[in-house]
This record gives sequence, C-alpha cells and structure tokens, in this order.
Amino acid sequence: MRIGVFVCHCGSNIAATVDCPSVAQAAKLFPDVVFASDTMYACSEPGQDAIIQAIKEHRLDGVVVASCSPRMHEPTFRRALERAGLNRYMLEMANIREHVSWIGKNKELNTVKATELVRIAAAKLRLNTPLYANQFDVTKRVLVIGGGVAGIQAALDCADAGIQVIMVERDTSIGGKMAKLDKTFPTVDCSSCILGPKMVDVAQHPNITLYAASEVEEISGYVGNFDVKVRRRATYVNWDACTGCGLCMEKCPSKKSYDAFNEGVAPTAAIGISFPQAIPKKASINAEFCMKLQKGKCGVCAKICPTKCIDFEQQDTIVSEKVGAIVAATGYDLFDWTVYNQYGGGRYPDVVTSLQYERMMNASGPTAGHIKRPSDGKEPKRVVFIQCVGSRDKAVDRPYCSGFCCMYTAKQAVLTKDHIPDSDSYVFYMDIRSPGKGYDEFTRRAQEQYGVQYVRGRVSMIYPKGDVLVVRGADTLAGTQVEVEADLVVLAVGIESSKGAPHLAEKLRISYDHYGFFMEAHPKLKPVETNTAGVYLAGCCQGPKDIPTSVGQGSAAAAKVLTLFAKDKLESDPQISRVNQNRCVGCLKCTMTCPFGAVKDVKDRAGNTKAEVVETVCQGCGICTVTCPHGAIQLQHFTDNQILAEVNALCQPEMEF
Amino acid sequence: MSQRIGYYPGCSGAGTSMEYDASTRAVCARLGLALQEVPDWSCCGSTPAHTVDHVLSAALSARNLELAAEAGLETVTTPCPSCLANLRVAGHKMEKEGFRNQVKALLETECASLATVKSTLQVLLEDVGPEAVKAKVVRPLSKLRVACYYGCIMNRPPEVMQFDDPEHPMSMDTLLEACGAEVLPFPLKVECCGAAAGMPRKDIVTELSGRLLDVAAGMGVDAIVTACPLCQMNLDLRQGQVNSARGTSHAIPVFYFTQLMGLAMGLSSSEMGISKLAVDPKPCLEQAGVL
Ligand code: SF4
Ligand code: SF4
Repeated sequence: MRIGVFVCHCGSNIAATVDCPSVAQAAKLFPDVVFASDTMYACSEPGQDAIIQAIKEHRLDGVVVASCSPRMHEPTFRRALERAGLNRYMLEMANIREHVSWIGKNKELNTVKATELVRIAAAKLRLNTPLYANQFDVTKRVLVIGGGVAGIQAALDCADAGIQVIMVERDTSIGGKMAKLDKTFPTVDCSSCILGPKMVDVAQHPNITLYAASEVEEISGYVGNFDVKVRRRATYVNWDACTGCGLCMEKCPSKKSYDAFNEGVAPTAAIGISFPQAIPKKASINAEFCMKLQKGKCGVCAKICPTKCIDFEQQDTIVSEKVGAIVAATGYDLFDWTVYNQYGGGRYPDVVTSLQYERMMNASGPTAGHIKRPSDGKEPKRVVFIQCVGSRDKAVDRPYCSGFCCMYTAKQAVLTKDHIPDSDSYVFYMDIRSPGKGYDEFTRRAQEQYGVQYVRGRVSMIYPKGDVLVVRGADTLAGTQVEVEADLVVLAVGIESSKGAPHLAEKLRISYDHYGFFMEAHPKLKPVETNTAGVYLAGCCQGPKDIPTSVGQGSAAAAKVLTLFAKDKLESDPQISRVNQNRCVGCLKCTMTCPFGAVKDVKDRAGNTKAEVVETVCQGCGICTVTCPHGAIQLQHFTDNQILAEVNALCQPEMEF
Repeated sequence: MSQRIGYYPGCSGAGTSMEYDASTRAVCARLGLALQEVPDWSCCGSTPAHTVDHVLSAALSARNLELAAEAGLETVTTPCPSCLANLRVAGHKMEKEGFRNQVKALLETECASLATVKSTLQVLLEDVGPEAVKAKVVRPLSKLRVACYYGCIMNRPPEVMQFDDPEHPMSMDTLLEACGAEVLPFPLKVECCGAAAGMPRKDIVTELSGRLLDVAAGMGVDAIVTACPLCQMNLDLRQGQVNSARGTSHAIPVFYFTQLMGLAMGLSSSEMGISKLAVDPKPCLEQAGVL
C-alpha cells in the first residue's frame, strides 16, 4: 500500500501550537507512507487539489489527513479522494485541532501527540478496504408528531409540496398552546383568528391524514423507511359519525369535568368538544367524570345524540403507517408553579397562571372575556404580574430563560388596561428580554402609554389579608422592599419540556438534554436536524420559542424533509456490521445486545442458526462486535484488527522522534 | 413504646421559657419518649457566638454533642429552634476536616463522635407520629381555631435543617390537628417576628410582630401556637407594645404547641405552665372546654 499524509496548519489554529512540518517529516518514516507534506488549509480548493495531485503523482492507495474533527470535513476529503479515483473509505483523519492544538499549549508535547495520532491513523489505514454504499427506496410520506403551530406549519408546507402527511396529536384537537391564547404580541391580533384558518387547512388538505387523540406507540426502521404504530385513544364517540352538533354537551348532567382547554378555570361537561374552533370538531368523553363509565348509570348523551355515535364500549386502536421522515413538534408544558410555596403553592384562588389569565380574557373563554377573580367573581382593580416563575431559577432546577414571558406579560398588562380601564397593573421583573422585531417598543409602550408599573425585583412572598393578596418583593432599583396589595396575581410561569418527551425521544432514538428538550444536531448549523437521519425538530420541543420562531422552524423542518425526498433513492452507509457466516456459531448474543434490533437469525443451507445484519437498520455502533465470542461479527471500517493495529502503533516499545 | 432520646433544654428552657421546657418534658413522657438530659450541658452560644467567631461558636455546640454521644445518646432533641440551628450548623461544619481540627484544638478533645440533633417537632412527628398522639388525646381541642407559627428559623436553611418544607411547613399543623384543633392555613407561618432586633430596634419588632397578629386576627383565630421561645415572647409579652404602637387592640393568647398538646392529653394547666403566659389564655381555654 502507498499512503500519503497531509498535515494541515488550519491557519494558526493548529500551526500556532503544533510544529506541522516536523509532524509531516516524522510521518515519512511510518510504514507504507510514501509521501507526506504540510499545507496551510487542506480543506480549501488549492488544498484539495494538492491532495488529488499527490494521489495521481505518487500513485497513492490511501490518504491520512491530519486536521480538524472529522465531523467537520470528513465528507469534504472523501469527495476529494473520489475525484482522484480512490474509494472514499480509503481516507483516515487524525484530529489534531480539537484533540491537540485547541486543548494544549505546550508546542513540543503537542507535536508529539499530533505525530502519534497520525501514526495510528496510518496504521489503521493500512487495513482499510474499499466500501460501497447500497441504494434503497424512500417512502415519500412524513409523520408530524404534534399539532401545535410548529407542527401545523411543517405539515402544511410538506402537504402543499405534494407530500403525504400523517399528523398525530395527543389532544382531541390540534392548535396546541397557541389556540388557547387570546391575543399575540406585539401586534395584539387575535390568536385563534390567525391560527384558525391554518387549522381548517390541515383538516381539509387532501394530503394530510390527522389522528387526533392519538399517540405514537412505536417507531422502527430507518431514514426513508420508518414503520410507525399510532395508538388512537378511545374517545367513546364514533368520530366517523359525530357531526359536532354539541347537543350531548348541553345535556350531560356531569358538569364537573376538568376543562383542559380552559386550564381548569371553570369545570365543563364530561362529554364535549374542547373549544368551538376545534379541529377535528368531534366530541369525546372524559371517562374519569362520565357517570355511565364510572358508575354504569346515565347514558343521557347516547339517548340525545341524533347520529347515535356514542359508544361506551370503544377501545383504543392501533394503526400502522409507513413514512420516510419524521418531524417532532411536541411543544411544551407549563412549569408546575405549585412548588413555589411562598406564592401560595396553589392554595390561593386569586393567584392564577398566565395561561389561565389568557383564557379569562378570551371572549370564548369560561368568563366570556370578562376578567373576574376566581374567589368571588369581582372585577380586579389591582393586578400584579410576577415574571420568571419557573424560569431563571436554579432553586427549582429551571436555570434557563423561557424566552417569551416578558413579552406575554407586557401584552397581558396592556390588555388588562383595555378590559378594565380604571385598573392598575404592576409587573415584577428581573430583566426585560424583548429582542424580537417590534418587541422592545411594545414593552415600552406598556410602561409609557399604558402606565403599567414595572418593578425590578423578585417577589418573596404572597399572602392573603382579608380579601386582598399582599405581594411582597424587592425593588432592586430603589433598593427597598415593596408591598403591593393586589386583587389578582398573575404568575408568568415558565416552560418545560412536554410531559413524556424523554420517552418519545427514546422511541425516536434522538438525544434530549437534562430538561427533556430534544437536542438538535448542531446548535448553530443544524438547528432542525437531529443526530438520527430523517428525524427533524420544530418548535418548543427543542427549547423555548415564541410563535414566529416556531413557525419559522416548522417551515425549516419541512424544507429538510423536502430536501430528503428530492432524491428517489437514498444511499446506505456501508460502515455497518457484517457476519462472517463461517465463524458464527449462532449463539445470537449479538441479537440480544443490538439496541436497534438490526441482527436477525437465519438458517444456513445445513439448517444451522446464523446471525445476519439487516444493513439498513444497523447504525454502525459496534456494540455487537465486542459481544461476539468468536469475532464473527465485524464492524466494517472499524474491525477488531484495525483497532488492534491502532493500539499496536501507539504502544510500540520504542518511539523514535 | 419507650424510646430513650437525648434532651437539650437550652438556656431559655431553664429561664425565660420554663413553661416550654416543662410542657415538652411532660408531653414526651406521656407519649412514651424517655428524655435524658445531656449531662453537664452548656449554652450553645445561640445568638451572639456565631456573630463573633464561627469556630468558637461551633466548639460550644460540639462540646454538647460530644457529651451526648459519650452518654450513649445517638440523637438529641431540642425544643428551641435557635439551639437547633446552632447545634445543627456546628454538626454540619464539623464535617469539614480543617474546621473540625480547629474545634478539636479549642476543646482539647477528639470529637470522635457527635450526636445528631432533631427538633422536638421532628421527633414528635417522625418517631411518635400523629396516630399515637391522637390515641392519647382525652380532651380534644375541637373548639379551638388556631394558627401555627413556626418562625423564620425552624426549617431554615433547608440543607441544614433537613426537615419539613422551608416555605410551608406542616409538622405543627399535623400534630395539633391530631389533638383535634382546627388549624387554619396561616400564610405568614415562616415570616420573621423581628426577635433578633428586639433590643436595638423596637420599631421593627412592633411592625413585624404586628403584621403577624393582624393577619392571624383577620383569620379569626382563637390562639396562635408557636414552637420558639423568642417568637412566643415577641407575640405574647410584647402584644401590648405592639397594640399601642399600631393602635390595635389584639388579645390573642400565644401558646407553645406542647402546652396545647399537653392540655389535650389531660395534663393539668399548672403542669403546662399556663399561668406564665402574658395575654390571658383563660377565656380561650374555657370556651374550648380544656380548662
Ligand atoms: S454473537 Fe457472534 S456468534 Fe453469536 S450469533 Fe452473533 S455473530 Fe453469531
Ligand atoms: S453495529 Fe450496532 S447497530 Fe449494527 S448490528 Fe451491531 S449492535 Fe446493531
């Protein structure tokens, strides 16, 4: 074998703390190395040309590039090899930037380490063999998990481009949190008026199949060919027949059911449609409060329903779908603020959450848009808003900023003044974070035009005194303690990842952070991709976002799906495990360890059990190879012998420098 | 059930709050908790020592904890939250090797083992339990509406005290409910009464204590129940001062929780030191039928 070594300076990134020419000089002495040089920027056009030139001139069979992380430029150099007529897997990279120059300051030691990394790369390369990718078909259908505004946008963009979309929504209606909002900032336009038409589009689009009241049960397969099982929860109403007339809801005698859409501001009937603009507009029963399902008595809705669609016997059903890509848009949940015992921990009825307040201000909400105190129904004249409840607070393990609470608080304070002109509003804040277009202007308008009193400081406690609430906090600008008496306190609760998000991430085989938010593949350059090919992210499942950003990300995820689907065939990665059938004794330890279920058992001609790797499912993690007692299963490009060669190269008895 | 446990009365128990000390001993005895006083105990240094010298302050407490351990007492209980804070903080700090060495040098002992400290509230709740309390009640306090006031240091800082919720403790509420009292949710149960500023800034005390009394009165309580000698003194003894400073006319009796528990268990009012209270508790106890 004839090997060429190229040591990159990466400008001063590497050259400042590694003696690149001497690394190249040392490499010339390694076995099979016939050419070595150093270059300013290996990835640049002249750099790549020089590699191609050298391959041709020195008839090289393999190339070692000592430069940055392979995450950065491995594809670049592989393409260069291909242009020179070599197989793309005849490349090895030694990471002398992230692993050497960026982490060590001692030039002498760095040079030694860089040389060693090149040595082991060359040793491994000597055992490389050309690998060839297979092609496979793509199922051009996409699964969108979550029907909030981000999911809706992704679904509509894909559907408009002619792609079949399966949308799975956990609630009985799509719309997500945005559907609950009264107005949106900073334009103060009606939230459901701008979202409503999009929801209708989802319902009417010929390319979209909507499964509401459903959850993703199981996902298997790989990019281009996912198999998805969806659990459609029993709603006890036959949705094919239900016309959404709402008669059942009026007649249901159980009126104590928790109204999730209205955030529990007022109770509702056990059967019903969650809100007037719901999509799909179908009724469902909350089994917990249904007298028929709990005690076997009642059944009024079944008698009243003109289309006879109530079905108390209904069971969950499972549907299977095949898709080529998945967009996760599962949104967020509100932080459970009741851990703040100093704010009453849920014991004071007149301390409400921002989303409850939003429902109280909404004309179609339980109070018909009149702001009333939950305790006595009176109109509050002094409303205190407390920001950062469950945001930027290490004490409750939520050190991150939820991003949009400053803005919605300003909006709610402005709207309060519109609803109750003779009211006074106070906002306790830590900083005002309003970086969006027109955002800062809006928070200023709240203060200057609407006279909302902004007090910088945290609130230490809220306690009831007679029928008012005393809000005690610090004014850190004035350097004093302040006490404000309030008729109503609104907590700007922060956000956290949606319930069960880590569980879904495991099904999707994507990573999630400490707080349960899904991880993007790269925080700057791959914000909607994940580390699992074919799975994309949109909206708050990835981290706190406001509506414009969520919509933008929904469209971005759709664009990624369309890019994927632009090809008719996808190439598989040949860096996967293969079984040497002669060595395999059929113990099937590998099937048990493979986390992806990529190894199946087959019978050879003599009827003996053997393992076989399903090429498209194997992720190339290599777990099986260490399990196999016979070394029969080998990860291509990372065989036992290649790894041993690396170790041997590193552990030579004497190193000459 | 008979359990032996160390007992640290603290200086206030031997002086200003003798009725707390007496009622604690009597109630524990009634509940089968054999209290054994820490032999030769000294002051823990409470308020002043730690403001002067942390090592000296810890040494005062460590000495008591070592004496207890030597007497074979693994756990020591104290009714006073200020003693509790000092003893626990000392134990907490002594976990650090360097600090421990400084204390050892001062005490000229090894400090090989130190007893752990729990508030009497914690022991009554965890080791005895509300069920056992209920079983001993002979005169339920069912006609009594009370507010439980824990004060600002009983459960704080949480990482040192490691008992009950620092913002919304419920242990005293639970015990008094077990005695049949109606416990109203007191929103200021962990607010400061101003005790530490008692000498230099009377205006602060009257303001802070006054607020507590106002809110409790607004809730319509018959009595306030405390677990701290200083809180009790501020609310009870200074109630007149508060009234004249703020133009109010409160007359709310302020009990130690052990006093009310004892009365419910049939112990006599003289054993409970009821006569030592400043605001006359008689009308309240009479209407509750426990006098
Ligand atoms: S672990 Fe190895 S020997 Fe066992 S079945 Fe898998 S490949 Fe065959
Ligand atoms: S390399 Fe990983 S994914 Fe592939 S078969 Fe082995 S264990 Fe499974």
